[in-house]
Amino acid sequence: MSAVDVAGVGIHPFGRFEDRTITDMGVVAVRAALAEAGVGRGGFQAAFCGTAYGGVASGHKVLSRLGLTGMPIVDVEAGCASGSAALMLAAQSIRGGAHDTVLVFGIEKMPKGMIRSSFFEPWQEDTGLAATPAYFALRAQRLMHTSGVTKDHLAAVVVKNRRHGVANPDAMFRREVDADAVLGSRVVCEPLHLWMLCSPNEGAAAVVLTRGDATRAGTARGSVRLRAAVVRSHLPGSVLSESTPMSGLVDDAVAAPTTLAATAAFEEAGVGPADLDVVECQDTDAARELLSYEELGLCEPGGSGAMIDEGATSFGGRLPVNTSGGLLSKGEPLGASALGQIVELVRQLRGEAANQVEGARLALAHTVGRGANAGVVVLSR
Amino acid sequence: MHAVPVRPGLFTEGESPHLLGSRCRACGAHSFPRADTCSYCSSDGTEAVELSARGRLWAWTAVTTAPPGYRGDVPYGLGVVELPEGVRVVTRLTEADPARLAAGQDVEMVLVSLHRDEDGQRVLGYAFAPRDEATDAAPGDAVAGVAGGRAGAP
Repeated sequence: MSAVDVAGVGIHPFGRFEDRTITDMGVVAVRAALAEAGVGRGGFQAAFCGTAYGGVASGHKVLSRLGLTGMPIVDVEAGCASGSAALMLAAQSIRGGAHDTVLVFGIEKMPKGMIRSSFFEPWQEDTGLAATPAYFALRAQRLMHTSGVTKDHLAAVVVKNRRHGVANPDAMFRREVDADAVLGSRVVCEPLHLWMLCSPNEGAAAVVLTRGDATRAGTARGSVRLRAAVVRSHLPGSVLSESTPMSGLVDDAVAAPTTLAATAAFEEAGVGPADLDVVECQDTDAARELLSYEELGLCEPGGSGAMIDEGATSFGGRLPVNTSGGLLSKGEPLGASALGQIVELVRQLRGEAANQVEGARLALAHTVGRGANAGVVVLSR
Repeated sequence: MHAVPVRPGLFTEGESPHLLGSRCRACGAHSFPRADTCSYCSSDGTEAVELSARGRLWAWTAVTTAPPGYRGDVPYGLGVVELPEGVRVVTRLTEADPARLAAGQDVEMVLVSLHRDEDGQRVLGYAFAPRDEATDAAPGDAVAGVAGGRAGAP
């Protein structure tokens, strides 16, 4: 199998842009990634576009604007992991020998407020069960119950990520907050306060992948290798799985989709959690980040509260998590968010990041959301 | 005034309502809502069952802002209850103050008014109520929306 390298990345800032369409934002990110990779017309043989709300032929609309069509363009929907799934398919097509160079991008323009998802049926909406943040809250409460996590820990995650986000010009929120302010914001769904939840928003990100032995331009920026790009769905049985079932078994031993994806990705990359230098993980809400520490194996089960207490995951700590500011600072444009993580980690591995982790050599990106879809990507210098 | 279920086939009505689930003849697992196939072992041999009306609270929160498509009042409780069949069910809760709920608390299923439809009929949904609250209200009152009165339509 061929090795896969990242030849270029590009991003359109995440935020609210009333004067720009989803296509406009996609064009910005794609142009930036292609320019970094030194790839133009005819330079890539396939394109995968992650989007959840973009609608029919979203990817085609971006590449049509640039006159870069003719190759297969496939839109990929996998909820919050849409970009991870697009990346997985692109990497597989290179590893399998079908292509030398593939463009991957993610685009989104989310409606404001609580997300109305076609996932739910009308009776669930009528019964009040289509309340997405409530499921985050139930998961947070269970984590507090099983791991001794407190609201102070949840606030600490927000404080950390918002502090990291100050340095990120592509983030939506670039102002520090303190724990009192987080805990003073209104309760959306107990135990989650407003500032513990990320904002659905708009943005785009793009990545160009090439076969490791292919001749490429742009190598002056330093070579970044894609070691694994894995997506997994849920196993049946867990009532609070991101698959959002209406029932589940009285069984707490069902492996989470994030754990399934991480296990496969670590095996594929031949590394373990202890080898990582920097991580971007799904922080849809503050508890989700802590749960991710445990499900990814960054700490022992029950150890996530201590990890945030010790500052291990802060910039400057033992294993910085969400140096970009995370979704809590950037906001979450579903189709673009996973590739936004890749942009941050590629910059870390090149030594170009705003919050640069010194000597970073191995990085992990994690997304999880409805489906369930969990994506884990491992990158190395 | 007539009342209609939010969706047929979710629960029985009357004095002691039950959720309608299924039990897999192959693996024995229970699920809700009722389905012809087993979502645990993929068998297509399921049988329709009425799930126990009493269980214990496993997780809970309150929704303070009306979610998309919802036409009833806020706040309302939302949580997960464990039933003796070994199944956990996502449900509305009649108690909208999380501080008044506790892990393992005894709860009982009731029907609540969600909103009124275009014809003025009350639309009924299922919820679980703390046992003290459920038993304080006569079953008929619960159907009339007393147990879930704060979330009921006028």
